[in-house]
Amino acid sequence: MITLLKNGKIYDPAHNKDGVVEDIYIYQGRIVPKPLDQAKVTQTYDLTGKVVMAGAIDMHSHIGGGKVNIARMMLPEYQQKQMQEIKNLSEPEAHICTPYCSHHATPTATDTGFRYIEMGYTAAFEPAISPINARQAHLEMGDTPMIDKGGYAMLGNDDYFLRMLAAKKDQKAINDYVAWILHATQAIGIKVVNPGGISAFKFNQRRLNLDENHQHYQVSPREVLQSLSRAVHELGIAKPLHVHCNNLGAAGNFETTLNTMGASNGLPMHLTHIQFHSYGTEGDKKFSSAAAQIAEALNKNKNITADVGQILFNQTVTASGDSMMQHLNAKHANPKKSVIMDIECDAGCGVLPFKYRDQNYVNALQWAIGLEIFLSVEDPWRIFLTTDHPNGAPFTSYPHLIRLLMDKTFRNEAFAKLNLDAQSMSNLTSLNREYSLYEIAIMTRAGASKLIGLNDRGHLGVGANADITVYTDQENREAMFAKPDYVFKNGELVVKNGTIVKVVWGATHTAKPAFDIGVEKDLKDYFDRYQTIGLDNFKISDAEIFDDGRGSVVVNKN
Amino acid sequence: MKNNLNSPLPISVTCPACGMLCDDLSLNDITPVSIKNGCAKSIAFFEQSFKSSNESACTPSLSGKPTDLNTAIKAAAEILAKSQAPLFAGLGTEVQGMRAIMRLAEKSNATLDHMHSESTVRNTLTMQNGGWLTTTLSEIKNRADVILAIGTDIGSSHPRFFEKLVWDSANLFNKPSSEVIYLGVSEENAKSGTSPNGKPASIIGNDPSKVPEIINALNALLINKKINTETIGSISVVTLQALVEKLKTARYAVIVWSASSFKFSHAELTIQSIVQLINQLNETTRAAGLPLNSGDGDSSVNNTSAWLSGYPTRNRFVNGKPEYDNYHFSTQKQLQNSDALLWISTFNPLSPPQTTLPSIVIGHPDTKLDSTPDVFIPVGIPGVDHAGTMFRMDSSITLPLKKLRNNELPNLSEVINRIEAELA
Repeated sequence: MITLLKNGKIYDPAHNKDGVVEDIYIYQGRIVPKPLDQAKVTQTYDLTGKVVMAGAIDMHSHIGGGKVNIARMMLPEYQQKQMQEIKNLSEPEAHICTPYCSHHATPTATDTGFRYIEMGYTAAFEPAISPINARQAHLEMGDTPMIDKGGYAMLGNDDYFLRMLAAKKDQKAINDYVAWILHATQAIGIKVVNPGGISAFKFNQRRLNLDENHQHYQVSPREVLQSLSRAVHELGIAKPLHVHCNNLGAAGNFETTLNTMGASNGLPMHLTHIQFHSYGTEGDKKFSSAAAQIAEALNKNKNITADVGQILFNQTVTASGDSMMQHLNAKHANPKKSVIMDIECDAGCGVLPFKYRDQNYVNALQWAIGLEIFLSVEDPWRIFLTTDHPNGAPFTSYPHLIRLLMDKTFRNEAFAKLNLDAQSMSNLTSLNREYSLYEIAIMTRAGASKLIGLNDRGHLGVGANADITVYTDQENREAMFAKPDYVFKNGELVVKNGTIVKVVWGATHTAKPAFDIGVEKDLKDYFDRYQTIGLDNFKISDAEIFDDGRGSVVVNKN
Repeated sequence: MKNNLNSPLPISVTCPACGMLCDDLSLNDITPVSIKNGCAKSIAFFEQSFKSSNESACTPSLSGKPTDLNTAIKAAAEILAKSQAPLFAGLGTEVQGMRAIMRLAEKSNATLDHMHSESTVRNTLTMQNGGWLTTTLSEIKNRADVILAIGTDIGSSHPRFFEKLVWDSANLFNKPSSEVIYLGVSEENAKSGTSPNGKPASIIGNDPSKVPEIINALNALLINKKINTETIGSISVVTLQALVEKLKTARYAVIVWSASSFKFSHAELTIQSIVQLINQLNETTRAAGLPLNSGDGDSSVNNTSAWLSGYPTRNRFVNGKPEYDNYHFSTQKQLQNSDALLWISTFNPLSPPQTTLPSIVIGHPDTKLDSTPDVFIPVGIPGVDHAGTMFRMDSSITLPLKKLRNNELPNLSEVINRIEAELA
């Protein structure tokens, strides 16, 4: 009944284990202490020399919901083209293909689960669930096999919240509303995208700076951020407010990003895909790297965490809640098309295909900026490995990205092929850092689990869920991370030598802080008067996620 | 078939009869059907659902002869097992039914086409060609100050559109009541746009076939091109110029079209022109589009298909791999190329197209069959006989459908799953 993983080199930062050789025992899906009676060990895997980590956790990946499905529908040519282009992927920036690699920037729900587990990822979090569209996000995640999932509900552009803020409702009322949203949408965190800006776009404002007022509500993004981050903090959920800053992708936006850190007032705040928010205006092309300033600020402000949103060169599609900035950027779409939506006085979305090219000055510098941030932020517990899938690159390119971080020679060779003007604007080759396996395990496991507040994932201690990935230690880190020897999900062997051997279904992670249900009285009236569905139908029940027993809801306590 | 209700009346229900997916209905009685917040379509749907059919409506049949469910499922599986390339058409279902259908399609190398895709594909082609900028119902209710309906009166396909989104004065931003303008809609069809106080909608041009040239002219006028003629599509250029000015000065103009109401060929090109108009308006003000859907679960089917196969319908599976071709995979064409037909229509008792192919019909218990299929399996009506999940026409909203009545009718997904199990 007990499974023994014998003699593996354990990388478990949550317990300060940096390559120590130890045994792991698994019983009924969990890691257990060494049994007194060894006879109960019915299965043993000899992992001598193998690298053992907890299953990886992607803390920011667009895996389900309206805009992802729009991306799938609007790019039929993309899937066919990618299939043809696979054979030409010999450039260093291309990832190593697994035998089943789909190469789709927006894979189906099924492929999403399969591609993640093949790489040893056992959980992924959808970072942009618009509350009104949450049911669709959960339907898609419910059809995503193999991995655990969860999501962050977007607030801060919804009329109800902006109205409360404009009316200067007290913080308790805001907290109750935020908690109610977490419950109603079955989310584990709160996200704000372009605070106030998506709503402002509906009133024909085209940009919104941190201290600029929304013309209708007369509140500023700074006030939105402060109110929401305080609510999240006071509710006591682990996941800090997930912030997609104003001015995404605009040259000179690093100042907004620095000011946003300042607006946190010392409360925990997570800045997402910070690469897209680290641009200066220096040089002939008025587009430069501000990675140094951003990294310096991150190093100084210990309350701030960030994920990078690395870009990698190839065709992808950008799917964002930021309708304001996506509308502005639609002229850069390649192929030239864009879907922009205003949604239910609640949210928006913008979906544009992008082709990042290494000979394009801006794209090449974006690539370098992401890596500069990775290498300049000192504390791996506060920086996370993401490509903002699919916006910077599909998540299937993570093994390639890990090699770029762990292998300076490989990185510098890739850099040398970039657009020359971009090379002259980056200090990347002067950064000698190479990430260690321990640091990779922090970024992709222990840190992510701690950030989101998962009680029993992301570590290998006794009591942890037995989500475990086993790799062969190879010099080529891309090859190593692309194809684990074994992946265990809830203690079951599900991947062997990079190939799925068993299909399983993961849980949906949520946080459900206590709140005053009295908040529903006004909300019900609001829905009846102004929305086009009823309050009761807005709320997603546990039963919907159970889906006849295949799914389950985990409420993480903090 | 007795109407054995699941809970005491009145029951609050979500109505799948059109793409509005209204969830504020209350079923007060079923003999006869009486509904609070009902409309012509919802009443027709629930009357159809609750009208007492004879017991045989629940009985499956093989070539017209009554049989039991097990035998019917085995016979259906046999047809699919023999088939190399079946066609799954109709697809009148919701999300849960479509999830089951997708698995069966993957296993049986089927082609998938929805009964209304002739219209839907025009919108899909437009979106895939250049994208679009669209909006949703609550935005319209609270924000729209001008509604331009092109080639459709909206009300006959979506009866409560005006009541819920236009005449209801409660809105968040103190906007004036929306001005409704019909373009290419005949006077007798324009009644639904008349406001409760009797103010009729403005009509510009009553000939739907002239819509393409009029839209092109609006696009030209919007970018200040001079038009060297006095009328376009029998409308004076002065009138069109005034419409352009109205759209430009609107704070949030919403342009509504219905792909199914465009009876001219290559209507996708006209929809592209409408999208171009919306995009250009957004250079200076805000405007957005709303494509009306056709019904029978089209939005649900396309969304579910997209997340499970990567493509909306018309698509197919070949050895487990999804493929997409919205021209060749049409029902019309595939009836020539396929070697079996599975027809599904659960919301409405719709008969399959005429064919000599071996055919399986799974559908509404009152399906009136024009010819006798090899297998007929009556199943429950979603939102009446079983729960389900349905997409609204704007795709942003999905709502649960309720089970209202207890009876022996199996769910579509149960039947499909059992057929799939037989194939294993």
